Amino acid sequence: MQFWEIIIVTLIKVVIVLTLMLLTVSYLVYFERKISAWAQNRLGPNRVGWQGILQPFADVLKLLLKEDIIPDKANKWVHAAAPMIALFVAFTTYAVIPVGPDVTIFNYNVSLVVADVNIGILFILALTSLGVYALTLAGWSSGSKYSLLGGIRSSAQMISYEISMGFSVGGVILLSESLRPIAIVESQYGWMWNAIVQPIGFITFVVSAFAETNRLPFDLPEAEPELVGGFHTEYSSMKFAGFFLAEYANMIIASALIVTLYLGGWQIPYIEKLGLSSTIVAILQVGAFILKLLLLLFFFIWVRWSIPRFRYDQLMNLGWKVMFPLSLINIIWVALLIMIFNI
Amino acid sequence: MPVKSVKRREKELTIWEKIYIPEIVKGLSLTLRTMFRPKFTMEYPEEKFIPPDSYRGRPVLVQEENGVERCVACGLCSRVCPALAIEVQAAETEIEKERYPEKFEINMIRCIFCGFCEEVCPEEAIVMSKDYELAFSNREEAIFGKDKLLIPVNQLQDRIDFLRQYK
Repeated sequence: MQFWEIIIVTLIKVVIVLTLMLLTVSYLVYFERKISAWAQNRLGPNRVGWQGILQPFADVLKLLLKEDIIPDKANKWVHAAAPMIALFVAFTTYAVIPVGPDVTIFNYNVSLVVADVNIGILFILALTSLGVYALTLAGWSSGSKYSLLGGIRSSAQMISYEISMGFSVGGVILLSESLRPIAIVESQYGWMWNAIVQPIGFITFVVSAFAETNRLPFDLPEAEPELVGGFHTEYSSMKFAGFFLAEYANMIIASALIVTLYLGGWQIPYIEKLGLSSTIVAILQVGAFILKLLLLLFFFIWVRWSIPRFRYDQLMNLGWKVMFPLSLINIIWVALLIMIFNI
Repeated sequence: MPVKSVKRREKELTIWEKIYIPEIVKGLSLTLRTMFRPKFTMEYPEEKFIPPDSYRGRPVLVQEENGVERCVACGLCSRVCPALAIEVQAAETEIEKERYPEKFEINMIRCIFCGFCEEVCPEEAIVMSKDYELAFSNREEAIFGKDKLLIPVNQLQDRIDFLRQYK
């Protein structure tokens, strides 16, 4: 491919991924409301459009029309920058997650990932750690006690759970011998999904992912009954919407990451034995990735409406005394597997 | 001397509960089952709640079949009303009951729906209806005169029967 062709192909991918992300995020909010309603024997939003299908647009319009309040004691620049950091981190991370195998479109060999980076997983870990700055800065710059407490909690929580997250990923990397997301997916051929090979690592990673995305049962940074709104107490209008969107975008990232690392990415076990043409296989595989992603997103929402929030000391105990040792055990387990079976 | 530690948990958890994951699965399955149960929501403007006879909605005056109100303007309701919402002005009339309310006003902003007026009324002339749709755009509108208060007796028979049985 020529240089300009690469640029055009990448631009098209970026546009597609961004639009899909924004759409998914807004509809995720809708489904969150619907599923929460169902879990409580309610109907959920059903007035705007058919079955409330236009609700996300009404929500966004409402948030756009609201007054943007900046507290007198706030540090204006940091206050405005925090939601942007949150959004930037949430949307950038998706660049390295592959949604399907290499396909040939109009004689171009296109890989279905925006950026096929060799150190993809490292890139994701680095960026998601940056995400904590958004919350901490938001909490600090608001000039409010509740916000500050939320920000401090978020940084403490992120530090605790990043460690077990990193170690769980370590197990995956040991098996795939690569930090490239595509290589990690390809290493999970057949039923050799990492969720099956290293179940402990899978559990620790999923729990850490919940903590990293600040979802219940780990939504200590915003804990409504204790901290009003946590780090976003003093945010309104589109800045608040920024955090809101970032939370849901982070949920998508976390789900996509779990799919890529543990659930075999786009792979369908033994699909090559059916003898289908490569185009159909590619379409099916992208479909499989999306299906896995949606099921995980449903799981995220489902857990939120089932499990109560942890107390702060319980959160720390779980992080340091349970998750951290478990992720270490997982690494030993994977090392033993490699030693014994020479995988 | 070491301080005795306070026992914080009254119920010791079993190993099964301490693993935590089985308990989480239990909780998750409960919410999943709930998702497929019938919904309680009533879609209000289309589907309206019909209250039971014991419901205390807006107080109304009973209108007999001949179009005259039962009220004899004794003023007991106005006297007992804790929110001072009722105003009655009596006048004389030619018909048998001799007295009638020339003016009968209930201020629906003040009314607390306690039902004392209904309880104290010797003539079963003021009763609580099942009407709960009370919305006003200004204060004057919220003062209900006789035109809004008089309701034909056959529409209120449920409540009157209920009162005869339980009062």
